[in-house]
Amino acid sequence: MSATENTSATKKQIHLAAHFPGVNNTTVWADPRSRSQIDFSSFEHLARTAERGKFDFFFLAEGLRLREHKGRIHDLDVVGRPESITLLSALAAVTDWLGLAATVNATFNEPYETARRFASLDHLSGGRAAWNVVTSPDAFTGENFRRGGFLDRGDRYTRAAEFVATARELWDSWGPDGVPRPFAHHGQHFSIEGKFGVPPSPQGHPVVIQAGDSGEGREFAAAAADVIFTRHGTLEAGRAFYADVKGRLAQYGREPDDLKIMPGVTFVLGDTAAEAQEKAAEIRHQQVSPQNAILALEQIWGRDLSAYDPDGPLPAVDPDPDSALVQGRVKITNALEIAAKWRALSEAKGLSIRQTVIETTGRQSFIGTPETVAAELDAFVQGGAADGFILVPHLTPGGLDDFVDQVVPRLQERGAFRTEYSGSTLRSHLGLRTPVWKG
Amino acid sequence: MSAPLVRSPVHLAVSLDGAGRYDPGYFVELARLAEQGTLDFVTLGDSFAKPGLDALAVLSRVAPATGRIGLVPVVNTTHTEPFHVSSAVATLDWVSRGRAGWSPEVSTSEAEARLFGRRPAARAAELWHEAREVADVAAKLWDSWEDDAEIRDAPTGRFIDRDKLHYVDFEGRTFSVRGPAIVPRPPQGHPVTVVDATAAEPRAAAVRHADVALVRTQDPLAARTARGELRDRTRAHGRDPERLRVLGSLPVALSTTADAVELAGLIGDWHEEGAVDGFHLRLADPERDLALLVKATVPVLQHRCLLRRFYPGATLREHLGLARPVNQYATAGGGRHERD
Ligand SMILES: Cc1cc2nc3c(=O)[nH]c(=O)nc-3n(C[C@H](O)[C@H](O)[C@H](O)COP(=O)(O)O)c2cc1C
Repeated sequence: MSATENTSATKKQIHLAAHFPGVNNTTVWADPRSRSQIDFSSFEHLARTAERGKFDFFFLAEGLRLREHKGRIHDLDVVGRPESITLLSALAAVTDWLGLAATVNATFNEPYETARRFASLDHLSGGRAAWNVVTSPDAFTGENFRRGGFLDRGDRYTRAAEFVATARELWDSWGPDGVPRPFAHHGQHFSIEGKFGVPPSPQGHPVVIQAGDSGEGREFAAAAADVIFTRHGTLEAGRAFYADVKGRLAQYGREPDDLKIMPGVTFVLGDTAAEAQEKAAEIRHQQVSPQNAILALEQIWGRDLSAYDPDGPLPAVDPDPDSALVQGRVKITNALEIAAKWRALSEAKGLSIRQTVIETTGRQSFIGTPETVAAELDAFVQGGAADGFILVPHLTPGGLDDFVDQVVPRLQERGAFRTEYSGSTLRSHLGLRTPVWKG
Repeated sequence: MSAPLVRSPVHLAVSLDGAGRYDPGYFVELARLAEQGTLDFVTLGDSFAKPGLDALAVLSRVAPATGRIGLVPVVNTTHTEPFHVSSAVATLDWVSRGRAGWSPEVSTSEAEARLFGRRPAARAAELWHEAREVADVAAKLWDSWEDDAEIRDAPTGRFIDRDKLHYVDFEGRTFSVRGPAIVPRPPQGHPVTVVDATAAEPRAAAVRHADVALVRTQDPLAARTARGELRDRTRAHGRDPERLRVLGSLPVALSTTADAVELAGLIGDWHEEGAVDGFHLRLADPERDLALLVKATVPVLQHRCLLRRFYPGATLREHLGLARPVNQYATAGGGRHERD
């Protein structure tokens, strides 16, 4: 580490968020240290740990229908979670600084109520609320709602964009005299009018996060979001994504700093590089159980492959591109291409089904000693591949403890991460400007 | 059939509704005060048409700052998706470790309908019919996970036993829900359903779904009559009337200690007459009135052995003396069942 790195006052600062271990196979529920996925104490532990580490925010994902596989509820990963805004309102009582981000679907909610709930969370947390706006037009999820599966896939972002714009109109609708003014919004998706029931909240507008990867998704983020949650975690893919998205901002009159790019990543720490690698291999082994390996294969192939041996070779049969085997997950559109890649890898290295899945799935992971992980995270940010990271621990609730105790101090020594919170709102942690109030 | 006379204890609840407050500290202090007075629960109103925070979020913010008091927000069933209602109430029960209730209300106004732009305003009778369906589907969703559905069985790689999760396949007049819930069964099984049963339409909902029915009246005779009617109709619906608590909902304004002592006398009188199972006090000024209530009314009631001195239980159901509901999908012995 060079002295200039240490002391530079203008060094680009890393933003960090803590993702509660979720409903996916990153979360290792079979580990003896793994605790409840639903008791409040688990959420409290992770949130307090993140705040001890001076993190920007705590993040909750959402899924409005339990996932299914082969027509039955998927039972191999964690199933079940709390409703986000209610849970975060409670976490506001046991934290003082930490941002609180809830994923809330723009398809199966209405602007008035969602704007009201986020404004409430912002008041109740003293300006720490964030909204991860996701879209899912699928009829499968729609079966739990009045609306049903009414939305064309092509409309998912026009609705989301109008949804967020409408919420902003509501957040701005009170006059400077502290009295609500009538609003009226008449658009393609919403036609509403009246008075908004919540006075301007501490942040004015809660922070808006976007997590979707298509061209439309990126455009929506460039126009309307403060943060992007992305899966592009490698250095090269991250740089390309970063340049692409930041390049879209100017046309909306926005500066590159107005939108923070935060990939979701995992990490594994060890006292030596070799020990960390060993632990990482063990964790991947736990994440991809024999049953999960077959399931991952079936997700790509779109076929029942339960007769295959997870320790044997990949199937010779090709994927079914029109399969409806998997429900409640982001749809895979290039199955043949993925299958070809997996086969090539399996043949080249002599890998079994399970080994192939272990090698090909999984998020970007930072594996090493606390020093090397801190250096690598810093290099990503200084190298224009990210503005920070959404860390996805594999253990509930203690999965962030070592990172906070060992990596955060090194990031601070490098001058890349705050040692104290300098403001009280999430906007302030993220270095986002206060929205111009149009009240 | 006349109702048996009410025996102790008196169940006491207060409403925290008041003039527009937005700081969480205000609600936390009031709830702590109510807890100091060993009350059963606090209620908080909610309306899309009037200024105020989302009541369920406020009481969720209060939950970790309190330890025993029950938390009962009003929840609108007209404009909120039934699936979201059930998830949010279940989550309030999780974050409060079994102290949640909810009080369904409908919204009949054109002004509120225009805030959503989805459906025109409708009559109370129609909307309460829908509210009954929402209560019905909420209970089904809470039951859609059996209590022991999470198994974490490493040898088979299974986190849950999916035979213990159930589709609810609810078809109502205005909505349908497939299920199962996304939130595991809450600690109380079903959070407590509190219905303001003063008007005819919600009274029909209370008879079917309420654990606690509120009756707004200042006349003990009228309260006694209402309680008798509610119990009779509950029985007619095949429910055990012993599992319904009827609380008189009274407007209260206390300016002096003498007022507070007088209130204790009134509570004692109603109780002696067997009029109600307890009281829901709608405080004119929650800060002032609750302080006096806890300082002067509560000790008198405790002295007369009409009110507990500490909480023997931890959940709202325990405060109310209500059993944890049996899961409508679970089968004895835990075997696979053919019912759905
Ligand atoms: C990193 C990331 C996290 C996501 N988290 C959620 C989530 O918690 N809940 C959800 O319903 N969708 C989630 N999504 C899905 C997106 O909202 C969106 O529906 C999906 O990416 C498809 O949109 P696209 O075509 O723009 O990629 C996530 C997507 C990404 C990339």
